[in-house]
Amino acid sequence: MSVRNRFFVAFILSLPMLIEMVLNPLIGWEFPGHTWTMFALTTGVMIVAAGPFIRTAWAAFKNHNANMDTLIAIGTTTAYIYSIYAMLHHQPVFFEVAAFVITFILLGQVFEEAMKGRASSAIEKLLGLQAKDAEVLRGGKLVRVPLAQIVVGDIIRVKPGQKIAVDGVITEGSSTIDEAMVTGESMPVTKKAGDAVIGSTINKSGTFIFEATKIGNDTLLAQIVDMVKRAQVSRAPIQKTVDKISNIFVPAVLIIAILTFVIWFVLLGADVVTAMLYAVAVIIIACPCALGLATPTALMVGTGRGAKMGILIKNGEALEAANDIQTVVFDKTGTVTVGKPVVTDIIGNEKTVLALAASLEYSSEHPLAGAILEKADRLGIKVKDVKNFKAIEGKGVTATVASKVAFIGNVKLLGKTKLDTKLAHEMERLQSEAKTVVIVGADGKALGLIAIQDTPKDTSAVAIAVLKKRGLRTVMITGDNKRVAQAIADIVGIDEVIADVLPSDKADRVKSLQRHGKVAFVGDGINDAPALAAADLGIAMGSGTDIAIESGGIILVKNDLRDVATALMLSQKTFSRIKLNLFWAFIYNALGIPIAAGVFVWAGLALSPELAGLAMAFSSMSVVASSLQLSRAKINATHYS
Amino acid sequence: MEKLLVLVGAVLLIGFIVWWFFGNRKTIETEATMSTDKQQVEVTVNGGYTPNTVVLQQGVPASIVFDRKDPSGCFSYVVFPDFGINEELPVGEQHSIDIDTSKPGEYQYACGMNMFHGKVVIK
Repeated sequence: MSVRNRFFVAFILSLPMLIEMVLNPLIGWEFPGHTWTMFALTTGVMIVAAGPFIRTAWAAFKNHNANMDTLIAIGTTTAYIYSIYAMLHHQPVFFEVAAFVITFILLGQVFEEAMKGRASSAIEKLLGLQAKDAEVLRGGKLVRVPLAQIVVGDIIRVKPGQKIAVDGVITEGSSTIDEAMVTGESMPVTKKAGDAVIGSTINKSGTFIFEATKIGNDTLLAQIVDMVKRAQVSRAPIQKTVDKISNIFVPAVLIIAILTFVIWFVLLGADVVTAMLYAVAVIIIACPCALGLATPTALMVGTGRGAKMGILIKNGEALEAANDIQTVVFDKTGTVTVGKPVVTDIIGNEKTVLALAASLEYSSEHPLAGAILEKADRLGIKVKDVKNFKAIEGKGVTATVASKVAFIGNVKLLGKTKLDTKLAHEMERLQSEAKTVVIVGADGKALGLIAIQDTPKDTSAVAIAVLKKRGLRTVMITGDNKRVAQAIADIVGIDEVIADVLPSDKADRVKSLQRHGKVAFVGDGINDAPALAAADLGIAMGSGTDIAIESGGIILVKNDLRDVATALMLSQKTFSRIKLNLFWAFIYNALGIPIAAGVFVWAGLALSPELAGLAMAFSSMSVVASSLQLSRAKINATHYS
Repeated sequence: MEKLLVLVGAVLLIGFIVWWFFGNRKTIETEATMSTDKQQVEVTVNGGYTPNTVVLQQGVPASIVFDRKDPSGCFSYVVFPDFGINEELPVGEQHSIDIDTSKPGEYQYACGMNMFHGKVVIK
């Protein structure tokens, strides 16, 4: 029988006793066959509603275990059996105690189940987002194929308003896509051929065709769901202390109850009934469930909430670590900056300089070449054929373009030739702005300059400002030279720069920063794995489609630095909720047990077993309710900037 | 006289509780039954997990079949924090859970409220 039905049975059978309890002092009404009727009603409650508690308690006892059911079973059967004894000896009975306690506890469990269902529903909602089928190219025709039959390499068409079935790369067409359900990004994202798309996101405007690259359990959504599931059942380190307490909790309460009885009956000379009611109240009020529920429910709601915002908290450990972070260290390239150098300035005749530069760089593999070619492409400048292409290590490139010997490179390439004063002056200015400057020229003469820079992301400055406002020290670590790094740091407002660091030394730098307090490292999760692992908390920025799950304690699905502050805030809120829950669970038991034992009777403070049952039912419920508050808490760090 | 009896009774009862719940007990380990390419072990859920410790061989696909006889809400979920498993166990049904045996070690599992514990040893 379900908890709900057991509650209704207990409630209906208890109702006459409740009515009598209210009416008796007022008009002296008693229902027919008073004691025997109460016996019959309570027996019904004990068999139907309390039976499962007693069975579990017995089974657990045989295994040398004890839990909440043990307490409920012992408390209520004590009151019940004593009342039968009293009934046969024509003394006052306490059947209603057993019946009411069972009713209240079941009421609490009904609410608790409903709330726990709500706490864990977040993750099921994510899986419900998947598309059911897709239009797949099979044998030259587009056919509707169920999700499960899609394989890697399938060509899939997506029309406006449709869900994208699996992860893939657009091969044809372009569109705007709503990725909110996976990344938490509220603005639709524009995608064109060559861009990656995420399964379960919604195509808004255009029709496009994409090739499936990841299916089933490999898709981003499946990985997110798996990770959140793991996070939700992980244990925060704080739980270890709690476990130690809950392991001895129930036997300890039983011993306290026996002591309560002995002290009242033997030392204070109370009658058996009074002593017994105090002992029963102790057993009933003690609530190990509140302790057990405090951490998991908060963890469940907090991590579920994060997943909806594109913030994946890997486990309780990461959550706890996020709580006392003092320094946030950022990797520069790709984290604070876009990670892709762009042409920022062209000195000289824009078209001539760029055309020459693009032609020279067309066959080059230098990282700066991409920036130049992209700029040329954007301005519609055509690349000319080159001959005698020669890359000179550490200097630049030369080649014959339109029968002239053209070159692109740094000052070293020029050799003895000097730049004219104007260009030399411009070069100095651009370099002081932390830009990389290349010289473009032909026939031994410099024609112009191209300045290239990896620019900060639009959101970086806001993100840093929010972190600083929260009292965190911000540090940027990079392999770039000091001047370039400092310029970026100045733009976004980072406190401290550690430049010229080899990738392999990043972890050591993080370790030395740890001497001044807990450090969080924010990196892209691919190149920064050692530093992410060395930090107290590793925050890996996802590139949107690939999450490096192993690399960080917190993973940001969106490539948005503002989420660092949001993630820290969410973790702190969740962790303080865990602490609050535990605090109340402890205080509840620490105060409730002495009150129920009659320690404060001299001050007029006492609890009947029925009230103890009510208190116990609401204590575990209130812990779950408190955790659910997390889903409504304001968690938008940038909101406050 | 009556009070003396109660006192003696209480002391005996407390002694029994301490001995019964906190006394050292041998845990019974049960090894999984191997078939050609997989291993399986059954755990009865009734006031605890019996057998309390199950031993699995490393690298062989394994499943634990939980037979939940206990209706208590405590046992409605079984949680393996190390494997990210949080599954509902229906009362009176055999519910099989696959265990990843790639890494040897001792893994604790517990009921949803973390009151009852069991252990999986992979070696």
